[in-house]
Amino acid sequence: MRDELKKIKEAAIQALEEAKSIDYLNEQKVRFLGKKGELTTILKGMGKLSAEERPVIGQLANEVRDEINQVLDRKLAEMKAAVQEAKLASETLDVTLPGRALNHGTKHPITMVIEEAKQIFMGLGFEVAEGPEIESDYYNFEALNLPKDHPARDMQDTFYINPEIVLRTQTSGVQVHTMEAKEGALPIKVICPGKVYRKDDDATHSPMFHQIEGLLVDKNIRMSDLNGLLLSFCQEMFGKDTRIRLRPSYFPFTEPSVEVDISCCMCHGEGCRMCSNTGWLEILGAGMVHPNVLRAGGYDPEQVSGFAFGLGVERIAMLKYGINDLRLMYENDLRFLRQF
Amino acid sequence: MQVSYNWLKEYVDIDLTADELAEVMTRAGVAVEHVIPTNKGVSGVVAALVLDKTPVPDTHLNLCHVTTDGENNIQVVCGAANVDAGQKIPFAMVGAELPGGLKIKKAKLRGVESNGMICSSKELGIDPEQIPPEQKEGILVLPEDTVLGTPITEIMGLDDYILELDLTPNRSDCLSVLNIAQEIGVLLGKEVRLPQPEFTADNDDVNQLMTVEIAAPELCHRYAGKMIRGVKIQPSPFWLQHRLQCAGMRPINNIVDVTNYVMMEYGQPLHAFDYHELADHKINVRKAAADEEIVTLDSQKRTLTDEMLLICDGARAVAVAGVMGGENTEVTNQTTDVFIESAYFNATSVRRTSTKLGLRSEASIRFEKGINLDTVLTAAERAAQLMQLTGGGVVVGGAIDNYPTKHEPVTITLQLAKVNNLLGTDITDARIKEILESLNFHILQDNGTAITVEVPGYRPDCSIPEDLIEEVARVYGYDAIPQTLPYGASSRGSLTAAQKIRDNLIQSLAGMGLHEVMNYSFINKNNDEKLNYPEGDIRRNSIPIMNPLSEEQGHMRTSIVPGLLNTVLFNHNRRNEDVAIFELGKIFLLEGELTPQTLANEKWTLGIALKGKTTQTWSHSGIAYDFYYLKGIVEELLADLKIADISFVPCKDNSIYHPGRAAYLYLNGQQAGVFGEIHPAIADNYGLEDRVYVAELDVDTIIAVGTGAIQLKPLPKFPASTRDMAVVVSEAVAAADLEKAIWAAGSELLDDVKIFDVYQGGQIASGSKSIAFALTFQADRTLTVEEVNVEYDKIFGALAQQFNATMRM
Repeated sequence: MRDELKKIKEAAIQALEEAKSIDYLNEQKVRFLGKKGELTTILKGMGKLSAEERPVIGQLANEVRDEINQVLDRKLAEMKAAVQEAKLASETLDVTLPGRALNHGTKHPITMVIEEAKQIFMGLGFEVAEGPEIESDYYNFEALNLPKDHPARDMQDTFYINPEIVLRTQTSGVQVHTMEAKEGALPIKVICPGKVYRKDDDATHSPMFHQIEGLLVDKNIRMSDLNGLLLSFCQEMFGKDTRIRLRPSYFPFTEPSVEVDISCCMCHGEGCRMCSNTGWLEILGAGMVHPNVLRAGGYDPEQVSGFAFGLGVERIAMLKYGINDLRLMYENDLRFLRQF
Repeated sequence: MQVSYNWLKEYVDIDLTADELAEVMTRAGVAVEHVIPTNKGVSGVVAALVLDKTPVPDTHLNLCHVTTDGENNIQVVCGAANVDAGQKIPFAMVGAELPGGLKIKKAKLRGVESNGMICSSKELGIDPEQIPPEQKEGILVLPEDTVLGTPITEIMGLDDYILELDLTPNRSDCLSVLNIAQEIGVLLGKEVRLPQPEFTADNDDVNQLMTVEIAAPELCHRYAGKMIRGVKIQPSPFWLQHRLQCAGMRPINNIVDVTNYVMMEYGQPLHAFDYHELADHKINVRKAAADEEIVTLDSQKRTLTDEMLLICDGARAVAVAGVMGGENTEVTNQTTDVFIESAYFNATSVRRTSTKLGLRSEASIRFEKGINLDTVLTAAERAAQLMQLTGGGVVVGGAIDNYPTKHEPVTITLQLAKVNNLLGTDITDARIKEILESLNFHILQDNGTAITVEVPGYRPDCSIPEDLIEEVARVYGYDAIPQTLPYGASSRGSLTAAQKIRDNLIQSLAGMGLHEVMNYSFINKNNDEKLNYPEGDIRRNSIPIMNPLSEEQGHMRTSIVPGLLNTVLFNHNRRNEDVAIFELGKIFLLEGELTPQTLANEKWTLGIALKGKTTQTWSHSGIAYDFYYLKGIVEELLADLKIADISFVPCKDNSIYHPGRAAYLYLNGQQAGVFGEIHPAIADNYGLEDRVYVAELDVDTIIAVGTGAIQLKPLPKFPASTRDMAVVVSEAVAAADLEKAIWAAGSELLDDVKIFDVYQGGQIASGSKSIAFALTFQADRTLTVEEVNVEYDKIFGALAQQFNATMRM
C-alpha cells in the first residue's frame, strides 16, 4: 500500500503541476481526493491491514492528502492571480482622457469679493445692513453733511429721479438709516454692501458699481482703531504681509478724513506698473464720523465717536483677480465668468 | 490747480526736489498728482548773437558766425529762412543735447563745416502753445536784452517743474500760490516771504474818479478797487508769461496777465475795466432783471435770471459778477487807464450762476469755494504794482474799499484732550499749539485745558474742533497714528434670515452649474414693447431717470428679463452657444407716487436663463435644456430651502412666455414666480433664434415663506413594498391632479409616489396618455401582499372614478 500511496501522490502532483485551468485543477481534485477518488479508493483497503500497520499507513495517507492539497491550493491561487491579472490588463483605461463634465457654475467676482468681505467683517463683529438704491436726497446727501449747493456735490455726478430723489451715489446713506434704526443703542457695527450709481461711463468708470460701507459708533472710538481695523481687513483680503498707509483726504461726512493705500499686492511695495511705481495702491476712503452726521442719526457727538469707511468692490476685484478692464464686469461674457 | 515749482521758491526756501516736495505735500493732504518737468531734454544750449549771414551757393542754407561771449566766433550752417545778422538766438554748442536724445556734433553740411546748431522752439521741445504765432516757424528769436551765454533753459523757463495738484474740495485755499507756499513753509519748517505791494502813486484819490455802490450786499460782501493811468498795453515779460503758462493759462497782454497772475498768487479773482468805457465812472453791484442780457468776453450773448449778480456801470451791465466780464468794457490795445476790481461775491450765488450759464472759469471756481475776505484789497494793490511794473503808468492814490458788513473772524474752542482722544495718539499740548500757530490759527485764549483760536481768512473749511484735530493730525503725520483695535462691548457678527437666503440662492445655483451675471439696473423703455407688456401692466410704469447717460439707460428696470435675454444674445454672438445664467438683483416698481417718504418698491428678484445644452465631452453628449430642466432647478432651489408647500399652475397669460410651456410657482398659496419657455415672438424681438428658458422668482416672497426646519424622519426598520401602477387617462388630465388623488386615496401606509414614465403614442388611444407611478408602501411591520393589494385597488379605484383612468396593460 505504501507504494500505491506513493504512486498516487506522484501522479496527483504531476497532474496538478501540469494543469492549465482552474476547471482542470478541480477535476484532478475530484479524481484523487473525491469521495470516489483514487486515494479514497485505496484507503478502503485499510481494513485488511494489521493493527500495527493501520495507524502507520493512516498517517501516511493523511500526509499524501495534505501534500496534494497544498499543491492544489498553491496552483489554485496562482491561477486565480493569473486570471485576475489578465482581466485587469484587459480593463486598462486611458486615464489622461478628460473626466465627465459636471457642470459647475460660478459666482460673479463682485459677489465673491462681497462675500469675502462679509465673512471678514462678521468675524470682527459686524452686522450687514441694507438700504434703498433709489434714495432721497436727504439720506444720500443732506444727512451726510452735504447740503444743497455744497461744492463737494461736484465730486459725484448724480443721477436724479427728481430734485428730491436720486439713485444713491454712495452706500454712505445707510449710515444714517442704521443709526436711526438703532435708536441710540451702542455699539453700532455694520457694513453695507450694495450697488451705487454715478453719471460716469468710460474705461475706468461704470455708471453702476458696488461699494461696501462700514460704520462703527461707540464710546471712545479713535482714529487709531480705524487704522488697526482696516489693517486687519486688508491683511485678510490681500494677504498677511499687506501694509496700509493713511493719507489726509476729504469727505464731507467724516472729519478727519483719510484715503487708505495698501502696499501693492503685485510687487509688495517694490514698485511696478500696477502701482505706477509708487509701491502703493489706493483702496478706500474713510474717516471719523462727522459730528453733524452723528447728530442726524440721533447720537450725541459729545458722548460717542465713530468711524466710517467705503470700499470700492470693483477695485478690489480687479486687484485680486487681475481684471484689467472694468467693463468686463458688466458684459457677462461667459468666457470671463467661467474663470471665477 | 497747476503751479510752477520755481514760482513757489520765490516765497519759501525749498531744499527738496520737485518730486520730494510732491511727496511731502501729498502725505499732508495736498495731493500732487503729477510733477512735469518743463525741460524735455535740453542741455548745452545758450543765448548767442548772429554776427553775419552768407548764403551757401546752390542751397537753401546760410553760413553764419555766432558768438556766445562777444569774443569768440563760431561758424555754423543754418537752414532756417528767418535767420539774420544781429539776432539773438538759442545756440546748441557742440556737445549739446536736445529732446529726443539728439547730440550736437561737429559736422559738414554740403562740404561746409558747422560747429553747432541754431534752434527753433520745436527743436527745444517747447510747448507750441507757449510760442507767439510769428515765432512758430523757423528759429526762435530771443529778446534783444538777452544776456549772451545765458542757458536757454533759464531764459525759457526750462529749468522748472509743473506741480499738478489734485485738490479736495475743502482745500480751495490751495487755489492760491501764496497759500500753497504757506503750507509748504509749515511742512518744511521754513519762513514764508509774502509779497509787499509797492508802487508809485499820484496824489489824486481814486474815490474822486470812481464811485462804487453795492445794491445787493447779501451777495457782494466787499468791493475794492484801484486805478492806474497811462499804462502801456503790451506783452508781459517772459517770467510772468512762463508762470501763467505753468498754471495752465494763456498769456494775452500785460493787464489781463497781471489780473490772472494775482488771481493765481492770492486766489483772488480780479477784473480789469477800461476806465473810459465805464459810463458815469460808476459801478453798481445789483441783481439782474429777469431775462436781462449781456455779451460776455467770449462774445456770447447770455440771458440772465433775477437771481444772478451783475456788475453795472452808470448805463448797463458790464460783467456777470464772479463769472465773466462783459465785452463792452474790455481792456484793448488802446486802453490807457484801468480800473481794477477786486471783490468778494457770495459763493453759492456764483456757483448757481456759473452752473446755470454753463460757464466755469478760473474766477468762478475760486468764488464758489469761498475766497479770503481779508486780502481783497491787498490783491488789488498787488495788481496795481505789477501793472506798473509791466506797463508803466501811474497808480492813482487812495483805494476804493466798499465793505458793508465787516467779516467777523471765525473762532473755534478746542479741548486739548480731545485731540488724542479722537486720534488715539500721544501728542503733547505744546506740539498741538505749535502746529496750529504755524498754520496761522492764532491762539486767542489758552486756559491750559482748552484753547480758542482764530481761523485764518483763507481757511473757510475750518469751523469745528474736529477740523482743527485734522489739521494737527496731518501735520503731525498720519503715519504716526498707531494701529489699535476698538475695545468696549463686544458684538456678534451676523446675517439676517433674508441675507442668508439670498446668499444660499446664489450658492445653490452656482452649485447647479449656472453662472452668475450682473446687468445694469437701467434699461431702455423700449423693452416694454419688446416684451409685449399689456397696457396698464405695472412693469410699464418704470421710473425714468431725469438725466440719463442715454435712452438705452433711461429707466429703472421693472423686470430682470431684458438683461438676461440681452446677455444670452451677447454670448450667442460671441459663440458661447450654451448659456446657463442667473442674476440676483432688484427690480424697481412704482406703486403710487414717488416721494422721499414713499420710495420705489425695490423687489429682490432672481432671474434664470437657459439656452442650448449642458457641456458635451468625448464621453457624454450634453443634456438639452428644456422646460423640465428649468423646473428641476426651481424645485431643487426650493428643496434646498426646505420649503414644503409648493405648487405649479399653468401660465397662459404672461406675454413673455410660451402659453403652453410656462408655469406659475406658488408657495403656501402665494404666487412667488413664473418660469418657462420664452414666447417665440419675444425671442424674435431680442434677435434670439433658439429656444430660451427663463425663470423670474420673487425672492422677497420666498424669504417671507422662509426656510423650513430640518426634522429627521426615522429610518424604516422593515422593508417597504413598491408597486407600479400605469394608468391611461385623457391627455388633458394634469399629472399633479392624479398624484394628488393618489395621496388622497392612499392610507397612512402610502409612503411615496413617483412618476417614472409618461407615454403618448401608437400603443394607446389617441388623445390619451399613459402615466406610470411607482407607489411605495411602508409600515412599522412587514406588510402582507394582501394588505398592499387592498391599498393598490383602492387607489386605482379612485383614479378610475375621478379621471376615468384605465389600467395600462
